[in-house]
Amino acid sequence: MAQWDFSSVLANSDALLVGAVGTLRIFAICLVAGLGLGLLIGLGRYSRRRVFYWPATAFVEFFRNTPVLVQIVWFYFALPILAPFTISPLAAAALGISLNSAAFSAEIYRGGIQSIERGQWDGARALGMSFLQAMRRIILPQALKRMTPALTNRAIEIFKMSTLASAVAYVELLQQAKLIASLNFNPIEAYTAVAVIFFVFLWPLVQLTYLLERRLARDE
Amino acid sequence: MTLLAVSGLAKRFGGNAVLAGIDLDIEKGERIAVLGASGSGKSTLLRCLNFLEIPDAGSIALDGKLVGRGERELVQVRQRVGMVFQQFNLFPHMTALGNVMEGLCTVRRLARPEAQARAERELARVGLADKTAHYPAHLSGGQKQRVAIARALAMDPELLLFDEPTSALDPELVGEVLGVIRALAEEGRTMLLVTHELGFAYHVATRVIFLADGAIHEQGTPDEVLKHPKRERTQAFLARHKEFSL
Repeated sequence: MAQWDFSSVLANSDALLVGAVGTLRIFAICLVAGLGLGLLIGLGRYSRRRVFYWPATAFVEFFRNTPVLVQIVWFYFALPILAPFTISPLAAAALGISLNSAAFSAEIYRGGIQSIERGQWDGARALGMSFLQAMRRIILPQALKRMTPALTNRAIEIFKMSTLASAVAYVELLQQAKLIASLNFNPIEAYTAVAVIFFVFLWPLVQLTYLLERRLARDE
Repeated sequence: MTLLAVSGLAKRFGGNAVLAGIDLDIEKGERIAVLGASGSGKSTLLRCLNFLEIPDAGSIALDGKLVGRGERELVQVRQRVGMVFQQFNLFPHMTALGNVMEGLCTVRRLARPEAQARAERELARVGLADKTAHYPAHLSGGQKQRVAIARALAMDPELLLFDEPTSALDPELVGEVLGVIRALAEEGRTMLLVTHELGFAYHVATRVIFLADGAIHEQGTPDEVLKHPKRERTQAFLARHKEFSL
């Protein structure tokens, strides 16, 4: 029976703190890039024009049907052979996670936009709004409200996917735990600590999203 | 003077010809009531006039100028032709005031204080000065429709289209909406009104059009069409409507 001893983990708390900062950094990048790009691709999927629809569809199908881990590894190890530049672990991991999240959130945006009644379009167009004005002022604000639960789910996924960046040695929580475990021979404590840290970060956030969902439901 | 000249207007949905060649000149100041059985093409006619539906054939001239090609032109036409819908189509995420300001701010690019003053005037005109801060969810059907009318009026349209504005309302709320529309009529506004309120059409319209099978079957003064219809289908339609009247 192994003895639980967290003193070696606590002794390396500064390393974990560096990892936590790395986790938050890649999370912030992927959240903004993934959900932002997802909106553009979702609009493309919604569009009836082929020049927008087909590239957006190809993008979604490609990134939905390939594993994120493979994408990250591919960007890090394969891309520099094909293209004349090197790529940092952060860039490779952020690319993989962002593009994957964009593909999934694009479908959320498309579904949300499609769920808005045709009468809202009629009301906006009858005032003389262009497609983009109607989308920005009338359709998206209502659709975003309906999409909030699905989008917050995506955000939580992104947060947890950040650990995949350890595959290319990006300094984040799991990578730091690996380091601590190999130096102190304490994998049980090191990896348990990472799981606990993630839980402590995410659990309050998830409770907050429940609260937000209830608020939004009440406003309907 | 002719405000809107419609010629040979046709629209099909799938294999179904909903409008089969409509010729219609709307003079400034005219108030035209459009009657017809369901499926006769009344709503589609209205929706084609501001290009919410793109006609398959025919031409529409606004103030003598042919319109209808290109998105940019359609957007301009819609600013001059206001529309009020059966289901109101208010924006639920905006207050009554926000709904009326929206076109002024986003489309007309008015400064907010100016837009707000204008929107408050329009809401007062439809008797809702005390409801400006209410969201549509907290308004009655009649109040919603009056906000929708104020929203259309704020754009100062040359022609107002009403697509069965009272059909979705409880009977006791119909009067307040018809009252607002009659007040607009008395101002001399040009309007086209699809309605089942025959009494209202009789008293307010200057011309009545009866549509059947996507074509104008009969038209004339309210007295001619509603009291002394010449054609059989118009007579049958009116007889059905009068069957249960007092």
